[in-house]
Amino acid sequence: MAGVAVSTTINGDAVEYLCQPDETLLDVLRDRLGLTGAKEGCGTGDCGACSVIVDGRLVCSCLVLGAEAEGRKVETIEGMAHGDQLHPLQQKFLEHAALQCGICTPGFLIAAKDLLAKNPSPTEEEIRFGLAGNLCRCTGYDKIVRAVQDAAEVMKGA
Amino acid sequence: MNFDPRYSGRNFSSVGTRPIRPDGIDKVTGRARYGADFNMAGQLVGRILRSPHAHAVIKKIDTSKAEKLAGVKAVITAKDLPDLTDGDAAMYDILDNSMARKKALYDGHAVAAVAAIDARIARQALKLIEVDYEVLPHVTDVDEAAHHHAPLINDQIFTEGLEEKPAKPSNVTKRTQFGHGDVHKGFAQADFIVERSFKTEQTHQGYIEPHACVASVNPDGTADLWVCTQGHFVYRQHCAQLLGLEASKLRVTSSEIGGGFGGKTHVWAEPVALALSRKAGRPVKLVMTRDEVFRASGPTSATSIDVKIGAKKDGTITAAEATLRYSCGPYPGSWAEIGAMTAFACYKLENVKTVGYEVLVNRPKTAAYRAPSAPMAAFAVESAVDELAHELGMNAVDFRIKNAAQEGTRASYGPVYGPIGIGPTLEAAKNHPHMKAPLKMNQGRGMACGFWFNFGGQTCTDLNIGMDGSVSLAVGTVDVGGSRASLSLVAAEELGIDYSQVKAIVADTSSLGYNDMTDGSRGTFSSSMATISAARNAIKVLRDRAAQMWDIPVDDVTWEKGHAIAKGEKYGNLSPLSLKDIAAKSGTTGGPIAGHSELVADGAGVSFATHICDIEVDPETGATRVIRYTVVQDAGKAVHPTYVEGQYQGGAAQGIGWALNEEYIYGKDGRLQNPGFLDYRIPVCSDLPMIDTQILEIPNPNHPYGVRGVGETSIVPPLAAIANAVSNAVGVRMTHIPMSPPRILAALDAEREG
Amino acid sequence: MVEVTLWGSLSAVAGGKSRHEVEAKDIRELFRKLAEQYPGIEPWIDRGIAVAIDGTIYRDTWSKELPKDAEIFLLPRLAGG
Repeated sequence: MAGVAVSTTINGDAVEYLCQPDETLLDVLRDRLGLTGAKEGCGTGDCGACSVIVDGRLVCSCLVLGAEAEGRKVETIEGMAHGDQLHPLQQKFLEHAALQCGICTPGFLIAAKDLLAKNPSPTEEEIRFGLAGNLCRCTGYDKIVRAVQDAAEVMKGA
Repeated sequence: MNFDPRYSGRNFSSVGTRPIRPDGIDKVTGRARYGADFNMAGQLVGRILRSPHAHAVIKKIDTSKAEKLAGVKAVITAKDLPDLTDGDAAMYDILDNSMARKKALYDGHAVAAVAAIDARIARQALKLIEVDYEVLPHVTDVDEAAHHHAPLINDQIFTEGLEEKPAKPSNVTKRTQFGHGDVHKGFAQADFIVERSFKTEQTHQGYIEPHACVASVNPDGTADLWVCTQGHFVYRQHCAQLLGLEASKLRVTSSEIGGGFGGKTHVWAEPVALALSRKAGRPVKLVMTRDEVFRASGPTSATSIDVKIGAKKDGTITAAEATLRYSCGPYPGSWAEIGAMTAFACYKLENVKTVGYEVLVNRPKTAAYRAPSAPMAAFAVESAVDELAHELGMNAVDFRIKNAAQEGTRASYGPVYGPIGIGPTLEAAKNHPHMKAPLKMNQGRGMACGFWFNFGGQTCTDLNIGMDGSVSLAVGTVDVGGSRASLSLVAAEELGIDYSQVKAIVADTSSLGYNDMTDGSRGTFSSSMATISAARNAIKVLRDRAAQMWDIPVDDVTWEKGHAIAKGEKYGNLSPLSLKDIAAKSGTTGGPIAGHSELVADGAGVSFATHICDIEVDPETGATRVIRYTVVQDAGKAVHPTYVEGQYQGGAAQGIGWALNEEYIYGKDGRLQNPGFLDYRIPVCSDLPMIDTQILEIPNPNHPYGVRGVGETSIVPPLAAIANAVSNAVGVRMTHIPMSPPRILAALDAEREG
Repeated sequence: MVEVTLWGSLSAVAGGKSRHEVEAKDIRELFRKLAEQYPGIEPWIDRGIAVAIDGTIYRDTWSKELPKDAEIFLLPRLAGG
């Protein structure tokens, strides 16, 4: 099968790649570009571990084709920190121990970033529904919700 | 080894604090490498062909077309994994489960595998493999399978543990019995008796990371395996035995693990990946899909349990009896046995009897799931205990307090308890504000207790002190939820240095001696014991080096707060030497400074918890909502309290999912109908409230810091606590888990129809 | 001499008796003496037997001493999650 040539922007950098027409954006990120921060937990859009932001929209990268990234701006977990400066959400996830095994963490951070971009002062209920597309099996979500609440406070003050 | 593991009361400076975990940054930046995040040069993609039938003889497998497909480098069947188990029945079952040999025993059972240059070719190759099946009658329900007329899954199995040797084979592989006293006499003394039957459906551990590994076998018999596992040393032993490799030549590296909960204590795809690599002569990466994870790995037992409990008017339980049937998948296990041991462990009983039956079914091989077998038994027993309290007109907590086991009680599973925490967790629950909070319409409050043994086991730890005075701690127990943080705290505590000076890693199988896996809540318990021992050994060396630097006898050197001190007035002019000072001179005082420890951590100390929850039920739809949830549990000593809370909350959330939603649904054809997270719904963020925790610390006498395991007990009470809450909300006793809306509605309808 | 109690299924291969008096100083000697008297126990020992001494469960420390007046109870060796 002939490859599709794609020009896109990932975490602010211009990137070009060839991919198969049936290849998902998740596979491109992980297998072609070495960006393994997005995880495949299900491959069917149910777990959110592969969450990325495409043109300001939160998506499961396992449900997006690699070819669809043409001309778009993709944000992944690898671009969340600015140099050695962690994003407030990353910092608060650490402080609150909002992760145990950590496999869902990149997806949660991306989803929480998208949530706070759209709603800087979410209620607990809004956080819970905003993150309902991301599965965590370790924490019971308690510390994740608290970390997002705390990060929202910090980000409002910034 | 003269390490003294006994508890000694002490004031802590590091233990009990809540620093950031050492592996945290990698995990919030996406840099942490899990099972599927590793690659090797020239690596192939492995995929497995699985049986679509629940029970079928494999008459013939024709792989010739798949082998001819361009890009396919190896195709294997059971023939490529010859039986090297040498009469070890348990290992043979692991081998057969990895790749079916004569019969496919469940929907999803592996029958062949390919390695190809990419995933698409591998998938195409699977379609070209022709398997000729002779489909057999199957059975997936635990009660149906136990019937004498059920289809036989293994005609070589005769029920063990019966008084008379059975003449015919059976799906019931074993009967076990526990208890003491005379239950007939006990029930004769009872004023009230509750007798009920309960069922629980099969659930999956539901770790978000599917099983994944990269295997590389070289022609000289050396091999590497990168894998997500709870126990890389155990995987090495099993894989080496199944593949005929020398254990020391197979280096297994445990990746970061994306959840295990018992599900990553057994090998499945790893022997297949190694066999593919051996045949192809190239590294092979094998990652399960979510569908495969559900169909072929994990699950817990489905159960059917009868309980009978009798009490006097004053609330004293006079007798308790349970019969427990647990499904094992198609291979024998000891799951009902554990259920039979744990069922009544919370109570002081003069007359108790439990009988367990292990039952084969055409479902995936049962694997451990967090305090395996205990939640189902607790569901049945704690439901009946609640019902009996109602009949007696007693408060459910007071009734439990009255009958709670205590130091000196003979446990229902046999021995007499030492100091235990069931009483204190009940008292704490009774006094918790949650117990007094008002309830609204259609809401009910439930509570329940839970027990788990906790284990220790073989453990090996290395502590190396760098010339700059920083400390690297290499442990062999996989970190499933923050143990590198807690073990760094323990090393810092023992050496008297700052947490930031310690860096803990999980070493591979070639770098450290054998370690049992992280199971049975043993990770922090065992490895902290080994870390303390290693640190004490390192301190001996440090004292010796300080003595050399000072040129005084080592007996005159003590270790206090991270410093060597020359004791005695004659040394008044010698300032203390810090660990850093001593490390800086190590090159000329005898070389590297290290402490090692190899030990068996035993005496983990049993653990108890009491949970309280409020549930709202919509009587029109049967839908439920968890309004409030509180966990009270004994930790012995919480090394890193935040991660202890995390274990409590996580176990409770898994229990909530089990109680309300999660179940394997099989069709009449014996195929799993919901092998995905959409239809097998685990709790999401919006399903749950905050989960309050209260940590009790009743020191374990068999650990220097009093640590007990904390990982598993928290999943034991939720099924019962929620069932009691739902039953209290709707006024109907719920006896079938999960209490999904259709089941609640059916129970309500049955009640209305009377 | 210590008194040892066996769980139900193990009693079946030990002459049907659950209580046994054994002259043993530690777990290793206890297992050896039991196996000498009841060869049927050997495969159970290979599969794994845990020993509860005064309520504390020992699974692998065969050198553990058995105090004279201690409560000693044999249990199946279990798996965890």
